[in-house]
Amino acid sequence: MPADAVIGNAAVEALKNLDPHPGVAKPDPVLVADGVVRQFGGLRAVDVSHLEVQRGAITALIGPNGAGKSTFFNVISGFDTANEGTWSYNNQTITNTAPNKLARRGLVRTFQLTKSLSRLTVLQNMLLGAKGQTGENLFSAIFKFSWSAQEQANTKRAMELLGRFNLAQKSADFAGSLSGGQRKLLEMARALMLNPDLVMLDEPMAGVNPALKQSLLDHIRDIREEGTTVMFVEHDMDMVRDVSDWVVVMAQGAIISEGTPASVMRDQRVIDAYLGAHHDDALTDSGQSLTTAEETDA
Amino acid sequence: MDFGFILSQSLTQAIGVTAIIYCLAAIGLNIQFGYGGLLNFGQVAFVAVGAYAVGVVVVEVGLSLWLAILIAILAATVLALLLGVPTLRLRADYLAIVTIAASEILRFLAKSFDFLGGSQGITGSIGGDFSDLNPLPDWERFELGPISFTRVDMWLVLAGWLVIAILTVLTFLLMRSPWGRVVKGVREDEDAVRSLGKNTYLFKLQILIIGGVFGSFAGMYSAIAKGAVQPDGFVPDFTFFLYVMLILGGTARVMGPLLGAAIFWFLLVFVEQFLKEGVSSGVITFISTTQIGPVRFILVGVGLMALIVFRPEGILGDRKELMLDAR
Ligand SMILES: Nc1ncnc2c1ncn2[C@@H]1O[C@H](COP(=O)(O)OP(=O)(O)OP(=O)(O)O)[C@@H](O)[C@H]1O
Ligand SMILES: [Mg+2]
Repeated sequence: MPADAVIGNAAVEALKNLDPHPGVAKPDPVLVADGVVRQFGGLRAVDVSHLEVQRGAITALIGPNGAGKSTFFNVISGFDTANEGTWSYNNQTITNTAPNKLARRGLVRTFQLTKSLSRLTVLQNMLLGAKGQTGENLFSAIFKFSWSAQEQANTKRAMELLGRFNLAQKSADFAGSLSGGQRKLLEMARALMLNPDLVMLDEPMAGVNPALKQSLLDHIRDIREEGTTVMFVEHDMDMVRDVSDWVVVMAQGAIISEGTPASVMRDQRVIDAYLGAHHDDALTDSGQSLTTAEETDA
Repeated sequence: MDFGFILSQSLTQAIGVTAIIYCLAAIGLNIQFGYGGLLNFGQVAFVAVGAYAVGVVVVEVGLSLWLAILIAILAATVLALLLGVPTLRLRADYLAIVTIAASEILRFLAKSFDFLGGSQGITGSIGGDFSDLNPLPDWERFELGPISFTRVDMWLVLAGWLVIAILTVLTFLLMRSPWGRVVKGVREDEDAVRSLGKNTYLFKLQILIIGGVFGSFAGMYSAIAKGAVQPDGFVPDFTFFLYVMLILGGTARVMGPLLGAAIFWFLLVFVEQFLKEGVSSGVITFISTTQIGPVRFILVGVGLMALIVFRPEGILGDRKELMLDAR
């Protein structure tokens, strides 16, 4: 889709000229969050004063364990309720809107702990993602002729997507029989069945082998070329550097830095809070890598 | 011992009125629990509502049975809404608590209201309109191999299995559709299905209503067959027998409730008749006639435990599917 690709590139280009600071305004935001607070008892798990997500770009959300990234995703996508704040999607307020409504409007998310539907087959998992199915109406359901054509079209699309995610030969297996990494792939493919406008992926590459990670990165780029905005949480900085147009860094619930991958990785606050001083070193010789790994986790 | 007699008694019960009543209610529970994962521990409440609705409308009000059936379906729908609307947004266990409580509350209410017959229940010609339709020839008995029915019973059994067939086909049609896929998805992980844009609350409400209406058919059928509605027939044990039948036949299998109900009643009656014959002919000496009732349940219970150990997926279930969660 050349036309979309141009839009995507324009969106990406626009980001390069921004002054990178937390809460910076984007030229064409698809998602805007204001003063979003989610408290668990005394803990402010999320405390985001302002965040805009650029349409058509790939935005990475990074930060230490427990920073509040997943909670932020949960709140925005309607699976959790915020204590304070407002947020809007495509210029419409969606504060505390039910997740199923958001998904139908194109805001689709995946989960850090995969939610594959074990006792449905891989293909049935995919078909659940298709929108506007006549056969999901109780009365039409009884009459197969009313939904079989649509079902065939959906099946065709599902099989194409499964092929892209190396799952086509698994389509008839129960999703519960997939490996952890395959479930991640299935969940991402299933989200794409909805033709999302904005897809929020919570650690889509955790537990996926390196070769497949590379092809996942290609998929994520493809999704962007098709005009979908991607926001994803990831701990692997190589992946983040490779694919993202913009990086948002969270720590202790708040956004502490924003910018292009290169600028964020130079930011002293990000190095202190998340990356650790040795993040640029190759993790080859064992003595050095152990301390680095520890510092990164801390 | 007369094994021919034991066998014919057991077979009669396996396809007879009691098995049909339980089978109808189990088909409904299979939709709710087997396919949708709803923990309805008060299916007997829907059975009671069906029975009382036709009992009251036909005997007390004096309207036709066919109108009474419509009213019973409506009543079951209302009960499903009352139980489901407040609880289905909450965690799954809330429905379990509310349904079991509701079924007991309804039973006690029925016992304390005079127009519901009090603890005596309602007796009368509830199935008159139904018997009038009996198309069978005027024979003494209807022989089916080793078993035989009277004309009245034969008509009851035929009609009962016809209704079972209709509800089973309906279940099959629904569960192979995209609607059924969403229902099964809700059983597996409701949040995942919500993230795919489905209003899971509405689907759960729909299966609670459908399963409840199917359950009310069991009550209507029982009232018609017995010509009576008795409150103490609607104890919580009824629901737990249904669960036993579902697990026995295989949950989330279209034919599971049929097989489960038939086998359950076959076993129960077989053991009972076997013990009776054994005691009266002096072969079995360690129990007395009065102990047969409890002992048959003990034996059937042991048999079911063996089933859970050796074939936990039930007769029609898929072992591979069951083992998925063990990972
Ligand atoms: N349901 C909950 N109840 C209480 N505390 C919670 C709950 N969910 C999250 N938290 C807390 O909120 C904080 C943020 O958690 P969150 O899962 O959002 O972190 P995260 O950034 O996604 O971390 P990770 O990178 O490990 O996935 C943590 O301190 C966590 O303990
Ligand atoms: Mg997380």
